[in-house]
Amino acid sequence: MTLYASGSGTGCGYSPAYSPPSGAWENGDSRKMATESVSLAAAAAAEISEEAKAELELVNRAREGDMGAFSALIRQYEGKIFRLAMNITQNREDAEDVLQESFLKAFEHLDQFQGNSKFYTWIVRIAVNQALMKLRKRKSDRTVSIDEQIDTGEDTVVREIAAWDPDPEVRYSQAELNTILTEAIDGLAPIYKTVFTLRDVDGLSTEETADVLELSVPAVKSRLLRARLQLRDKLTRFFKRKGDDAFAYM
Amino acid sequence: MLTCKEFLAELSDFLDEKTDQEIKTKLESHISECPNCFVICDTARKTISVYKGMKSCTIPEDIHTRLMAAVERKIAAKAAKKV
Repeated sequence: MTLYASGSGTGCGYSPAYSPPSGAWENGDSRKMATESVSLAAAAAAEISEEAKAELELVNRAREGDMGAFSALIRQYEGKIFRLAMNITQNREDAEDVLQESFLKAFEHLDQFQGNSKFYTWIVRIAVNQALMKLRKRKSDRTVSIDEQIDTGEDTVVREIAAWDPDPEVRYSQAELNTILTEAIDGLAPIYKTVFTLRDVDGLSTEETADVLELSVPAVKSRLLRARLQLRDKLTRFFKRKGDDAFAYM
Repeated sequence: MLTCKEFLAELSDFLDEKTDQEIKTKLESHISECPNCFVICDTARKTISVYKGMKSCTIPEDIHTRLMAAVERKIAAKAAKKV
C-alpha cells in the first residue's frame, strides 16, 4: 500500500493519517473535557492493569504541565521510538529529528490521547508518520511506499534447515547476543524490520501493527512471516547444533 | 496431509496460537511427519523467543539530552503563552 506520494502532504502539519481512532481529533472547546472523561471512563470500564493506570496518571500530570511526568514517559519510550525511526529512515540524524518531533507533537496534543489504548501505540503512530514524512522529503522525486522492495510472491525463503541447541543463546554473552540479534534485524528490509519490531519485540498485536503502519492485517501477517523466517535463517548460522541435521530433533 | 508450502503459510498463526482447532491438528500432524518443517517451526519459535527477551534499547546520552532540551523549550513556550 502506498502511504505517501511525492509532493503530497503539508510538511510538519498534522495529517489525518495519524489521527488516533475513535474520533480523537474533534474540534471545539468541549474536546478536552470530553477526552478526559472518556479517559477516566475507559480506565474504569476496561479494568486496565496497574501499569496502565500509572501510565495514564503520568499522561494526566503531563497534560497539566508536569515536566517530571512527561520525562518519565520519554524515558520509558524514547529507545523504542528511536529504534523505530532508525528502522524506517536508516539514518541517525533523521531518526533523532523524528524522535524529537514525535515527543513534541505528543506533548502538544496530549489532551487528545484517550486512555483506551496504550500510550506507546498512540505515540508510535505519530513517530511512523514523522519518519515517513522524512523519507518523503528525502526522496521527493518519487513515490515512497512503506512496502517498497516487497516481492509480492507468496513464497518464503528457507535457505538452511538445521536444528538448534535447546538454549543456543547461552553460548554468547549478553553483549554478543545483542550484537547478533541487532545485526540480524538490521539485515532485513525496512518494512520487515518495522513489522517484526512492532509485533514481536515491542509486543503490539497484529491489528495494532496494521493500524499503526496503515497496512491490512493480511499484509502484516505476510510480512511478519517473512521477517520471522529470514531472521530464523540468519540466526541459524550462530545457533545451529554442531554436527547435527534436521533429523536430530526427531 | 498438508504440503510444506501450506504448512509455512500457516506457520505464523500457528506460532501465535491463532489457528482454529481443525487447522492446528493438521499442522501438528504435518510436523510430526516432516522433520524439516518441525525444525523450521521449532527454530522460528525460538527466534521469536530470543527477540522477546532482547534487552530494551537505550539511546545515546547526547540524543536524550537534546530531546529533553527541546521538550523543555516547548514547555516554557507553552507556559509563556498562558501568561
